[in-house]
Amino acid sequence: MADRSGGVGVSGAILQDYVATSRDAGAGAPWLGALRQAGLDRFQAAGFPSTRDEDWRFLNLAPITGTSFRVADTDAAGVTRAALAPFLYPIPGVITLVFVNGRFAPALSDRHALPRGITLQPLAAALAAEGELVRRHLGQYATPVQSGFTALNTAFVADGLFLRVSRDTVLDAPVHAVFVTHSGADGVATHPRNLILVERGARAAVIESYVSLGQSAYLTNAVTEAVVEDGAYLEHTKIQRESERAFHVGTTHIRQGRDSRGLSFSVSFGAAICRNNLDVVLDGPGIEAQMLGLYMGRDRQEVDNHTSLLHAHPNCGTREVYKGILDDRSHGVFNGKIYVTPEAQKTDAKQTNRALLLSDAARIDTKPQLEIFADDVKCTHGATVGALDQASAFYLKSRGIGGALARKILTYAFAAEVLEEIPYEPVRAALEAVVMSRLEARTEG
Amino acid sequence: MLEIVNLHARAGDKQILNGITLTVNPGEVHAIMGPNGSGKSTLAQVLAGHPAYEVTGGEVRYEGQDLLDMDPELRAQAGVFLAFQYPVEIPGVSNAYFLRAALNEIRKARGEEEIDPVDFMDLVEEKLKLVEWGPEIMSRAVNHGFSGGEKKRNEILQMAVLEPKLAILDETDSGLDIDALRIVANGVNKLRRPDRSTIVVTHYQRLLNYIVPDFVHVLAGGRIIKSGGKELALELEAKGYEWLTEAVGSA
Repeated sequence: MADRSGGVGVSGAILQDYVATSRDAGAGAPWLGALRQAGLDRFQAAGFPSTRDEDWRFLNLAPITGTSFRVADTDAAGVTRAALAPFLYPIPGVITLVFVNGRFAPALSDRHALPRGITLQPLAAALAAEGELVRRHLGQYATPVQSGFTALNTAFVADGLFLRVSRDTVLDAPVHAVFVTHSGADGVATHPRNLILVERGARAAVIESYVSLGQSAYLTNAVTEAVVEDGAYLEHTKIQRESERAFHVGTTHIRQGRDSRGLSFSVSFGAAICRNNLDVVLDGPGIEAQMLGLYMGRDRQEVDNHTSLLHAHPNCGTREVYKGILDDRSHGVFNGKIYVTPEAQKTDAKQTNRALLLSDAARIDTKPQLEIFADDVKCTHGATVGALDQASAFYLKSRGIGGALARKILTYAFAAEVLEEIPYEPVRAALEAVVMSRLEARTEG
Repeated sequence: MLEIVNLHARAGDKQILNGITLTVNPGEVHAIMGPNGSGKSTLAQVLAGHPAYEVTGGEVRYEGQDLLDMDPELRAQAGVFLAFQYPVEIPGVSNAYFLRAALNEIRKARGEEEIDPVDFMDLVEEKLKLVEWGPEIMSRAVNHGFSGGEKKRNEILQMAVLEPKLAILDETDSGLDIDALRIVANGVNKLRRPDRSTIVVTHYQRLLNYIVPDFVHVLAGGRIIKSGGKELALELEAKGYEWLTEAVGSA
């Protein structure tokens, strides 16, 4: 176990927190206690992943595994609506649920009446009110064996977003779940847990934001499980704007049923170390799924996107586009796995992964991983790493725009090309402004 | 204004221009015609400084300066404008932002103040009329999702705003329907001035019904094989290029 020293080292503190949390979260239906215990057992046995694990080999987790995180206090005092404003988006009809240090903060949230057939609650409340439904799904898709982080999250299941949209019901406006870690949160860990159920023929849109009001070094270890039943539609957008000293590990597991449609959008700007795991399982024929991503790194930021797509049935079409902009000494990882089983004939899978390196010291490790066991399929992948597009650069020069200004405009355009696929204009505009301000900061520096 | 002497250029291993000599005086409109592969688009791109082409001989003087020695952005700042055959799409960057940035770079190079956004929109409002557009085009991303005709109109709009001394139109008529062709040509005509020269590169005579040139030059094999007045374009329309290229080939 010597190589797991990080995991063993923190387990004492984690165990204390675990006992405290499970007492605090109280309620403990026996099944929930068992689920948490299974998470803890798995974590204690396996610890955090390390670069010896194939799925983690490009990411140095020492700053995480070497820190003894404690569970955050849940006092929402000091977090104001004004302070949160930069992270909220004026989408008409949006329903906003704010979680401070992992726990629901009703005073900061905006909930309004929902149509029949829609249940929207903090998970803590749903555990009590919808116990049987939650039990059937929670931990069934993102399981503790998948990684030490998911195991740890499972041990600390307490709160997060719970959304159920019942059969043929349409949720018009998106739900925005904002997970904020407030300032002075050095060394704390939160484990948000979200469960999204979109039943047959229903439609929903969820935005998850992970943000910080200060520059603390904390850990967010989030897990989202989403079930998109037959013929249903889910737009899932994840926006990571953590403190640039923080650590963010986020696992999103989406299971789609027959003829369903899914859109996953992932944007990562913050965190010293960010790891996004996106697992999409196409569990029926005729499914369409899109996975889009944009990430930016500067200074010594580490941004790791691992996506996994399982084509297990015929006639499914998927499109994946991830783009990264890496500056200074930042480091990006993109690993895009597409697994096509022998049954999944007529699969049409396209994967594109592009990274722009703005400095000589920026690095990217990129690995498409296509494992195809069906013969009648169309699978393409393309990866480009490099500098700005020459044709575009010449176009700008021919208009008198050269040097740093041309670089800024073209870098912005590179990002905007992905952002424009975000379904909501206010989100798009706000994120474009973030990109622009980062590029402005660069030009001035 | 522009003096091209014995210009040779190649793309990679392929020699394309084999000794072009051409003088363009202020206010003149020169049409460069020729069959596909004759080098006419290459000439346009070399003048604008496209990095894909290497000049292997000859010289180009623009207002007394060595044009070939200038970076593309410096050429633009000095008043050279290329309307692209295939304008580039720039997602996320609005026409307004892009054009104002370009205009300000050119103004700065001239030692003028930057234009503020309000004055800029006033200026643009006037120029939009030339291409029969409303202001909404300014908030769209540069050429992104534009039809072929819209892209060409946008090139003319940029030209109108940037007010070059030397405008080079590279097959601006290709892919245009008759209405778009009329709008584009009308815009170019309204921009004609005694101190502004224009080089119109085109495969077809059609555009020259609208933009009437002072001189027509026929390019073949990277050389000008015949020059004449506007009537030469009509002759080419009637007879095609073969009678000229064959005559040169057998000479």
